[in-house]
Amino acid sequence: METRLSSTTKEVLISDKEPTILIGERINPSGKQKLVAALQAGNLELVRKEALAQVQAGADILDVNVGAAGVDEVTLLPQAVQAVTDVVDVPLCLDSSNPAALESALKVYHGKPLINSVTGEEHRLVKVLPLVKKYKTAVIGLTMDDEGIPNNPERRAAIAHKIVERAEASGIPREDIIIDCLSLSIGADNEAGLVTIETIGKVKAELGVNLTLGASNISFGLPDRNLLNSAFLVTAIIAGVNCPIVDVAKARPIILAADLILGRDKHARRYIEAYRQR
Amino acid sequence: MNKVKQISEAIVQLKWDEIAALTNEALEAEVPALEILNQGLVPGMSVVGTKFRNGEIFLPEVLLSARTMKTALEILTPILSQQDTPSMGRVAIGTVKGDIHDIGKNIVVSMLEGNGFEVMDLGIDVDTERFVEVVRDNNLQILGLSALLTSTMPMIEETIKALEKAGLGQKVQVIVGGAPVTQAYADQIGADGYGADAVAAVEKARDLIAT
Repeated sequence: METRLSSTTKEVLISDKEPTILIGERINPSGKQKLVAALQAGNLELVRKEALAQVQAGADILDVNVGAAGVDEVTLLPQAVQAVTDVVDVPLCLDSSNPAALESALKVYHGKPLINSVTGEEHRLVKVLPLVKKYKTAVIGLTMDDEGIPNNPERRAAIAHKIVERAEASGIPREDIIIDCLSLSIGADNEAGLVTIETIGKVKAELGVNLTLGASNISFGLPDRNLLNSAFLVTAIIAGVNCPIVDVAKARPIILAADLILGRDKHARRYIEAYRQR
Repeated sequence: MNKVKQISEAIVQLKWDEIAALTNEALEAEVPALEILNQGLVPGMSVVGTKFRNGEIFLPEVLLSARTMKTALEILTPILSQQDTPSMGRVAIGTVKGDIHDIGKNIVVSMLEGNGFEVMDLGIDVDTERFVEVVRDNNLQILGLSALLTSTMPMIEETIKALEKAGLGQKVQVIVGGAPVTQAYADQIGADGYGADAVAAVEKARDLIAT
C-alpha cells in the first residue's frame, strides 16, 4: 500500500518498503502555554520557528494544529498553513476537529495534504469524508466511534474497517486512508499498550493500510517518558506503524535504529549519517 | 505504631492487599470508623497528593493508592452510614456533549471515589439538558465537566449557562477540566474551579465544599 502526499515541491511516499515517515507533532498548542498565548494573539512566529526546527530535526511531514480556547480556527488554520509553507517545503497534516477550519485550510493548500482526522463517529464521517474526496487528500482515521475508544483489539479494529468501508463507498481509495490505532496512557490502564499493539497487527493484516500513531500518550503520568515512548515506538513500528506522529528531535534516533533493524535502511546510510550529525 | 497511623502509612505505601486487614483490626480494637477515616485515610491521601505534585510518585501509584483507600472505605461506609455521617460530598461528573473521551474523566472519578466522595458518573457525550436534570434532581455539591477537544470545550460554557438559565447556578459548584481547559478559561466562563489534574480536582472539590 502506497500513500503519496505532496507540497508544491516535495512528494512523500508512505509504504512498508520505505523508511518510516516522521510526522512532526509540535505545532499543537495542547499543553503548551506559550503557543496558546501566541495563537490567541494571532502571532505565528512561534509556529514558523517550530516548523523550521522540526524539519531540521528530520521531520518528513508537519502536523499543524492551532486549536485552543479563544482561537478562531477557521481563520487561523489557513494562516498557520501559509506561515509554515513560508519557511519549509514538506507536505502538511492539517489537524482540526472543526471541519470548517479544515476546509478553509484546504483552500489555501497547494499539493496533497493529510487531514487529521476522521473517526468512526457518524457526524465526523459525514463531514470529513466529503472534504477528503473533494480536495483529493489523504486522511487519518482514528479508531474511536460514538461509543468512545474500545479497550479491546477486535472492536477497535472493527472501527478501522468501518472507516475504510465508508471512505471507499464515497470514492476515496484505500491508500489514502491512514489508520491511527490510538495510544492511551499505560499509567491509567496496564493493558493500554498491548491493546494498541494488537490492534495495529490486526488492522495491518486485515486491511493492509498504512498506519500512523500519536505515540506519546502512552507514557502520560509515568517517569522517563522518552524511554517508554521509544520502546513503544519500536514495538509499534514492528507491528506495522509506518508514519508515526512524534516529537521528531527525540524520536528520530530510535526510529532510524528500528528502520535499520527491519532492513529499511540500505547500507545503514541514514543511521550512520544521523550519527555523524550528532 | 498505632492502628490509625498504620492505616495512613498503608495508603502512602500502596499496601492495597493489607488495607482490609488493617481496617478490620482497627475496628476490632474499637477505633471509631470516623477516626479511621479522618485521621488515617484522609491524611494518607493528602500525603499521596503532595508526593504526586512533587513528582515523587506517578499516576499508576496514585491510582493504586485511591484503590487502597476505596477498599478501606467499602468496609467503613456501612458503619459510617449507620451513624449518619455525611460523605465527603456528592459529585456528578461527565464528558460534555459531542466529546467521547473518558480516560481523564475516569481517573478523576477513581480519585474522587478513593477520597470518599459519592460520585455519579454520567459518562461521555452528555447532553446539556441531562446535566441540568441531574443537578436539579439530586442533592449535589459539585458538578465536574470534562472536555478533551477544543471543538467541544465550548460545551462546558454552554452547560454552565444552561444551569444558570434553569436557576441552578447557585445549587452546585462547577469544576472543569480536560486537556485544552485552563484556569484562565475556567475563570472566563464563570466556573467555580479548575482541576489541572486528578489530584488537583479532588483538592478543589474538597476546598469548594469546605467554604
